[in-house]
Amino acid sequence: MADPAGFAEQAMPYMSALYAAALRMTRNPSDAEDLVQETFLRAYRGFEGFHEGTNLKAWLYKTLTNTFINQYRAKKRRPEQVDLDDVEDFYIFRRLGGLESVEATRTPEAEVLEGIPDSEVKEALESIPEQFRMAVILADVEGFSYKEIADILDVPIGTVMSRIHRGRRALQKKLWDYAERNNLRPRAESATGG
Amino acid sequence: MDCEHAHLRVYEYLDGELTVWKRWAITRHLDDCPPCAEGFGFEVELRQVIVSKCVEDVPADLKNRIAIALGIVEPRDPVSE
Repeated sequence: MADPAGFAEQAMPYMSALYAAALRMTRNPSDAEDLVQETFLRAYRGFEGFHEGTNLKAWLYKTLTNTFINQYRAKKRRPEQVDLDDVEDFYIFRRLGGLESVEATRTPEAEVLEGIPDSEVKEALESIPEQFRMAVILADVEGFSYKEIADILDVPIGTVMSRIHRGRRALQKKLWDYAERNNLRPRAESATGG
Repeated sequence: MDCEHAHLRVYEYLDGELTVWKRWAITRHLDDCPPCAEGFGFEVELRQVIVSKCVEDVPADLKNRIAIALGIVEPRDPVSE
C-alpha cells in the first residue's frame, strides 16, 4: 500500500506532461486545467490502493484518460468514433522525394517539419479523432510501451497498434497538407524535384 | 526482408516492440538499403519535431490550486503576512 503523504512528491513532477496531454484532448485551456486538477484529486484519493513499485506515471495517465472519458466525452451525446482514411507509410517523406535521395545525413524533410509553427503541429494533433489521438500522445509524446498503453486505454494491444499506426499517418498527412498549403520545401531540394 | 516488409514494421521497430529476431532482420535490411534507412530516420525526426513542438507550461494558478488541494501549501491568506 502506498503512503498518501508521498503522493504529492511523486506525482507533481508529471503535472506539465499531464497538462499538455489534457490540452490536446480537451482542446481548451480551461477544460484542460479542470481535467488535470480532477485527475490529481482522484489519483490522490485512490493512492492508498496504488501499489508501490508499479508505474505511477502510467497510473496517472489512466486516471486522466478515465476522467476525460467520463466527464468530457459524456457531455457529447455520442462518443466520438470517427474512423480514419488509410494513409501510406512515409507519407510526407515520399511526397518530398526523400526515398530517392540517398546521400543526405540529416533529412531535408525534417527541416520542412521544423518550419511548421508549434501552433500548427498542436492543431494537427488535436484534429485527429479522439481514440487515435490519445494513443499517439501516449506513444510519441510520453513514450509508453504498447502494453502500457493497452492498460491505460483498456483495449487490446492489437487495437493500440492499429490506433498508433493510423493516428501517426493521419498526423503526417495533416502536417504535409500544411506544408503544401504554405509552400514549405526542403532548402536543398534537388533540381529534378517537383 | 524486403522494403515492403520493413515498412510494415517501421513503427514497431522504432517503438522497440519487436522480438530480437525480427528486429535483427530489419536492421540488416536497413544496413543494405539506404533509402529505407533514411525513411526510418525521417520517422524518428518527425517524432522529435512533434514532441518538441507540443510542450506546454503549466499555468502557475493551476499548480497552486493543486498544491493547495493536496495540502502541500496553505491557501494564501491576504490578511496575514
